Amino acid sequence: MSSVEGSVKPRAAGWRLERWLPQLVVSPIFALSLFFVYGFIAWTVYISFTKSRMLPVYEFIGLAQYERLWATPRWHVALENLFVFGGLFIFGCLLIGLLLAIFLDQRIRAEGVLRTIYLYPMALSFIVTGTAWKWILNPGLGIEKLVRDMGFPNFTFDWLVNPEMAIYTVVIAGIWQSSGYVMALFLAGLRSVDDDILKAAAIDGAGPIRTYAGIILPMLGPVLLSAVIILTHLAVKSFDLIIALTGGGPGYATDVPATFMYAYAFQRSELGMAAASAVMMLATILAIMVPYLYSELREKDR
Amino acid sequence: MSGATDGIVRASGAGSRFLRILLFALLILFALYYLLPFFVMLATSLKTLDEIRTGSLISLPSSLNLQPWVEAWSGACVGVRCDGLQPYFWNSVLIAIPGVAISTFLGAIAGYALTKWRFRGANIIFALMLFGAFIPFQVVLLPMARTLGFLGIAGTLAGLILVHVVYGLAFTTLFFRNFFVSVPDALVHAAKLDGAGFFAIFFRILVPMAIPTFGITVIWQFTQIWNDFLFGVAFTVGDSNPVTVALNNVVNTSTGVKQYNVDMAAAIIAALPTLLVYVVAGRYFLRGLAAGAVKG
Amino acid sequence: MRSERWFMAAACAAGLFLSSQAVQAQGEVEVLHWWTSGGEAAAVGELKQSYEAEGGTWIDSPIAGGGGDAAMTALRARVVSGNPPAAVQLKGPGIQEWADQGALASVEDVAGENSWDEHLPEVLAGIMKFEGEYVAAPVNIHRVDWLWANPEVLARVDAEMPTTWEEFNAVADKLQAEGITPLAHGGQPWQDATLFEVLVLGIGGPDFYRSALVDLNEEALESQTMVDVFDQLRKLRGYVDPNFSGRDWNLATAMVMNGEAGFQIMGDWAKGEFLAAGKVPGKDFLCAAAPGNGFLLNSDSIAFFNVRDGDQQEGQKVLASLIMSPDFQESFNLAKGSIPARTDVALDAFDECAQRSRADLEAAIEADALLPSMAHEMAVPRTVRGEFMDVVTNFFNSDMSSQDAVETLSSAIERAQL
Repeated sequence: MSSVEGSVKPRAAGWRLERWLPQLVVSPIFALSLFFVYGFIAWTVYISFTKSRMLPVYEFIGLAQYERLWATPRWHVALENLFVFGGLFIFGCLLIGLLLAIFLDQRIRAEGVLRTIYLYPMALSFIVTGTAWKWILNPGLGIEKLVRDMGFPNFTFDWLVNPEMAIYTVVIAGIWQSSGYVMALFLAGLRSVDDDILKAAAIDGAGPIRTYAGIILPMLGPVLLSAVIILTHLAVKSFDLIIALTGGGPGYATDVPATFMYAYAFQRSELGMAAASAVMMLATILAIMVPYLYSELREKDR
Repeated sequence: MSGATDGIVRASGAGSRFLRILLFALLILFALYYLLPFFVMLATSLKTLDEIRTGSLISLPSSLNLQPWVEAWSGACVGVRCDGLQPYFWNSVLIAIPGVAISTFLGAIAGYALTKWRFRGANIIFALMLFGAFIPFQVVLLPMARTLGFLGIAGTLAGLILVHVVYGLAFTTLFFRNFFVSVPDALVHAAKLDGAGFFAIFFRILVPMAIPTFGITVIWQFTQIWNDFLFGVAFTVGDSNPVTVALNNVVNTSTGVKQYNVDMAAAIIAALPTLLVYVVAGRYFLRGLAAGAVKG
Repeated sequence: MRSERWFMAAACAAGLFLSSQAVQAQGEVEVLHWWTSGGEAAAVGELKQSYEAEGGTWIDSPIAGGGGDAAMTALRARVVSGNPPAAVQLKGPGIQEWADQGALASVEDVAGENSWDEHLPEVLAGIMKFEGEYVAAPVNIHRVDWLWANPEVLARVDAEMPTTWEEFNAVADKLQAEGITPLAHGGQPWQDATLFEVLVLGIGGPDFYRSALVDLNEEALESQTMVDVFDQLRKLRGYVDPNFSGRDWNLATAMVMNGEAGFQIMGDWAKGEFLAAGKVPGKDFLCAAAPGNGFLLNSDSIAFFNVRDGDQQEGQKVLASLIMSPDFQESFNLAKGSIPARTDVALDAFDECAQRSRADLEAAIEADALLPSMAHEMAVPRTVRGEFMDVVTNFFNSDMSSQDAVETLSSAIERAQL
């Protein structure tokens, strides 16, 4: 918690190696990242300027792939979906996660069991749960049929097959998988708030809403940051989810950049254009993450 | 009887009692939402095909039919082999264990070096490594294939383990860094004055403190590696496929009658290890998150 | 490197599979395919057995899903890593694309020895060849433009099997009035594209089909005929039940079987589904060519990749001649629902739908109306096929006008050919 000032002072001059050891240990790990992340990103950027189709070729053709990409209606749908899905997914997970965490923090009976129930979807990939979700959301098999059979013949829940609404079913399943994790993050944050602060608030006569809104939540800033980073990561990389649930359909109404890129790179032999879409995706992530990382890490340097 | 020990919504008076019941009801409602898909899978896996066709999605099976489970484990056909998921299950174990161990260890060391021996550029290195968590895996398939081919480990389990380690590092480093940042520097400082070296401090002081963080990192990495499909399908060959690829093969019948009960049983079997980890080690999950959560 | 890899895999999974990894003199072949289910897996099992009977070692690499998408991803990774499988289930212009990259190996000596040219339809042989040499061997011929029907359901509205699209619409309207879903369909892009291409052939005729979907002639793509095709596709959309989205084709087939729906337009792999359920052709279900003149060809084939290992090269040759052997062609296709790629294999053991398929095939060859399927990757590269599917599936799932669809299609195809 407290930070000790002053730098490391080696006791003796013979500790040369010891002094460089941290850098020595980190550098191979960092080198792995550098090569496998940044090297590959550089490769992707280069490929996006070539006319690669089925396999990479290295003949430079300028911005043609980007022009084609932006002229493709499907790409616009994918991009729009990323913002709709990403926004709702992140907001929904944060909201539900925070609510559940606050509820569970009330010394609820059977908290352990409930916590596990909320958390377990994180353990499952959509390769595993995709079929079950498809059934549940399918109007002829799942919820719609169920409610109709219960005596509400006009009940409609056909989002999965409605091109306008299908992306929201993806949000529902996405929140199902990830909100438990956010709940755990927040709960952990709530649990590490000092009891004394809460006692003081109680003595001051602060009600529950004031205590949370005014005192506790502002302390959860770092948790929020971790949650947002992880959720952004999940949203941008959402792939299994889409493939398992809608396959990008109906039509290509639920395509997102990750599925778009995969489809173009591997199903369509449009490696160059897929690379261009990947570059756009990375640029988006960069635009979101850099300010966050900057503020976060700068604070640490204070 | 402070507010903190009772929760902030305190239990006193009838109104508050009602509130707690409402709260509990809400929590149960959420629990149902979370349980529904798993319930559907479990119920379906125990039904006969006829029952699946005629019955409702959420009805309970009329009798326990374990045949689909047996078949999914050791009888379902993947290509020309009819050994079920069993052999592939063990492949996944062989991939996950070293993958988790190596990436966790490297992440711990890196997190430690980056926080407790803050050298110049440590934060930038960390930021760069963290960004690696965001690279979409579809992008790296081809250059990775090339690299693995170059290293002569294409199509081997070793190759797949390398891939998982490399792309797990960002997260493992993040977890450990967040924890180690919260450990008072004074501890490390004192040990340094006593003459303890880089590794001695790490193994004797920080590792024992970081057990919950190890817990969450292992859970996270295990889940990631076990559930991976894309790398598994691209970088392994036939018999060395991980269980997710085999599951996909069993479930994705392009023709033929779909055996939904076997599919569902296979899906649950493939998910059992991660489920088990979450259920058994769930409390460590919370503790691991708590360690360093608020300090970010 | 190969044996090393196998040593690794074997050592890692010690005790789990004790099958001998010793490389035999007769050759070794690794086959990457997505025939993982029911009849298909049985069919591949046949091939494996015959191959092993020749003394070779068969290494099975099945990757299911998405009509081979996952398998194609894996294939690319394998080729890029310099470690391709010896034999791959690959079809249509995909064969040419890979051959263009220099990735395929010629099996011309085997083909010449066994005079493949004489036994294959010319259109199909052309697809298997690169620069005049065979680089792939076909295992079957599927027909795409089939119309399947439930006779009981048709009897309920006193209808016959339609032979024109007007008749089809009339029957469908009657079915709909009876509360029966006229057309069983699954809303997946390739199924939507299947409807589309059957209509292109049915409404435009073989020459129009060739010009629009094979030669990608701009005039044909923008023609009034194409607008008519989309109009009829819109009509078909109205005959589909509300829950069609994302449905697998075999579930649609089941709807016809159970009498929930009247028709399905689907390739003859649907027959395998009927037969597996114990249904008898002509009695429990009807098969007929979809309205139109011609034969939409879909064929599965095995392509041979460049491998350095001598054993594997030997294995490829053995496999190539096995695939084209009449015995294998018969047993494989009995299991899969298609007909043999070799036109000289007698169809005595096959059912009436298959015999009908052969007769129509011969007639189509005669009339120059044997056409490669666009939806099933026989006609155009995947790039172009993808654009077709995007437009068609988007049209099918929205209220886009036919005129707009034609314009979108034309510009999309132009973009894809850049």
